[in-house]
Amino acid sequence: MSELVPEYIRRKKVISQQHFFRGNAACPGCPIPKELELLLEVMGKKTVLVVPASCSTVIMGDIHGSPSQVPVIHSAFAASAAIASGISRQLRMRGDDAKVVVWAGDGATGDIGFATVSGAAERNEDIIYVCYDNEAFMNTGIQRSSLTPFGAWTTTTPTGKREFKKPVPFIMIEHKIPYVATASIAYPFDYQAKLRKAKDIQGFRYIHLLSPCPPGWRFDSSLTIEVAKVAVETGVWPLFEVVNGEFSLTGLSKTLLDKSKRKPVEEYLKLQGRFDKMTKDDVRAFQEAVDSMWEYIKQLVKK
Amino acid sequence: MMTVQNHVTAMVGNHAVAYAVKQAKPSVLAVFPITPQTTMLEKLAEYIEKGELKAELIKVEGEHSAMAAVYGAAVAGARVFTATSSQGLLYMTEMVYWVGGERVPIVNAVATRAIAEPWSIWDDHQDFFSKRDASWIMMMAENVQDAYDMTLQAFRISEDKRVLLPVMMGFDGFILTHTMERLMVLDDEIVDKFLPPREFSLIDFKDPVNVGPIAAPDDYMKIKYETMKAINGSKAVIEEISKDYEKITGRKQYGLVECYMCEDAEYVFTTSGAWTGDAREAVRRLRNQGKKVGLLKIRVIRPFPKERIKEVLKGVSGVVTFDREYSFGSGGVLATEVKASLYNSGIEVMSVIAGIGGKDVRPSHFQRVMEDVLNGHKFEERWLNE
Repeated sequence: MSELVPEYIRRKKVISQQHFFRGNAACPGCPIPKELELLLEVMGKKTVLVVPASCSTVIMGDIHGSPSQVPVIHSAFAASAAIASGISRQLRMRGDDAKVVVWAGDGATGDIGFATVSGAAERNEDIIYVCYDNEAFMNTGIQRSSLTPFGAWTTTTPTGKREFKKPVPFIMIEHKIPYVATASIAYPFDYQAKLRKAKDIQGFRYIHLLSPCPPGWRFDSSLTIEVAKVAVETGVWPLFEVVNGEFSLTGLSKTLLDKSKRKPVEEYLKLQGRFDKMTKDDVRAFQEAVDSMWEYIKQLVKK
Repeated sequence: MMTVQNHVTAMVGNHAVAYAVKQAKPSVLAVFPITPQTTMLEKLAEYIEKGELKAELIKVEGEHSAMAAVYGAAVAGARVFTATSSQGLLYMTEMVYWVGGERVPIVNAVATRAIAEPWSIWDDHQDFFSKRDASWIMMMAENVQDAYDMTLQAFRISEDKRVLLPVMMGFDGFILTHTMERLMVLDDEIVDKFLPPREFSLIDFKDPVNVGPIAAPDDYMKIKYETMKAINGSKAVIEEISKDYEKITGRKQYGLVECYMCEDAEYVFTTSGAWTGDAREAVRRLRNQGKKVGLLKIRVIRPFPKERIKEVLKGVSGVVTFDREYSFGSGGVLATEVKASLYNSGIEVMSVIAGIGGKDVRPSHFQRVMEDVLNGHKFEERWLNE
């Protein structure tokens, strides 16, 4: 054990030799370990992970060991982008080129930590912020977040949520940060290509990753990738990136500006029990929201 | 014979603390403006923009993030500083506990101020004392000189390998932050010797650790037990560092408590913070009248110096504690703790609540209360509302 770390913290050893240790505490079918593994494969060992209260707090192990091969700094729910700012500033002061990555859920990003994320983005802190979006407060047992989609059942929206998902990636574009992207675990090469690009850019980089949750979304744990894939195919989850203000669609989404190429949203909704209570009108409203988002994307592409 | 290594100047409290911070050479600061701390933030920003302090100043979007940002930097090995007041301290409370729990060296200067509602920008100690269970070392300054000296000592205490705890330095809002006083500042080289650069980082890529993960009940309680030992153990370190500082400055630095005319005193004031000066003046006047009174200043609030208080007050008949904050439904915080320290000693502890929300308190107030006591008007608790 290194001299650098004082005695009182030495018990909190990181045990993994792999990027991310299998046999961690994630639920069956949870994409988070794979998403982290893909991330660490790109980022390398000189990465600091900052993890606010979320499913990943549990997945990251207890004081006896962590499944990650890199230092993990656990954060209070609303604090991760600020903690990462502090780490990044000190690494800069000591001339260290290590990367600081926030790994946060949708609640920590779009709800309780929103001001913190926005503040760090406005200051253009040199950090990579990844929001793994499982569209509700899953670690506390499936309560709605501002990123829960319209119509979705959660324990706090038992008849389905009546509000639409907060468009966090689009809000982040408006912060004029050097890099914004969306990704899906169904398209790992696209995800890793974006991480690679983000790694080489300075300043605040934001990646929003759709991360299906089998117990929270009510689908069989063998279907995680399928659900993530259909989200893209139906246009519900567009894949794009914005490099220095330049917007471009990536992967399959490049072909989806034409509405006829997009599968109807029913195909996405019917895979998941959380949308069971939606009426025909609800489905229509959902489809209209997706279509209108694509109209908006059309304008961004033209720019 | 030791030479005194300081030069004389004059500064308001906020600038004195900022000057001490500059000399302590932190590498990362994060501060959000709040009255009456703001002029300190402005001074720090000025030092950095002029290149007099080589540090990153993170101009955060709120105090919760201020404490979070210095936490991150401290984890990465930085000497860090932040400052706040009142609502700001409340807003950062979650992170105050977080860094206390993780035992990261941080110095936080709190310009004490009343808490809303109703709105008040004036001084009392409600904000500061509300953090007494957050695993921090907490000290209260008496005057501008003390605030300067205490800030330098706070960094050294916080980073001491036997301690490794964050330190909160309280100094009365406006009364100290905005009052210009004569100040003796140390030469930079002397400060460098007193305060060598911070050594360790919790981020080591060759040997990574998991900082702040979940602890099951057995582990959690064990960690809290270790924190208890570290905080109690810090008493000796604080006194040692005080003595060390005394040597280089030639100024008396008192350690955990300071006594004024306690030796043969029958009744003693206990105070903490800026009004200690007023109490001292009251003691001086009463002594001139031949009254056997003294003053015990409690410099360190956490760890509470129980043993020292018991030792120093041995033989007195009674104690009159002055509290600038109140635990509603219980009593003055200092009074409660002094009582606990004197448990079974037979010494009577009377509690005065005064100066809440900036209500004026002068030497004459202290004097009047003590005269009443000496005339046999004893009380358990008395609010100076008149």
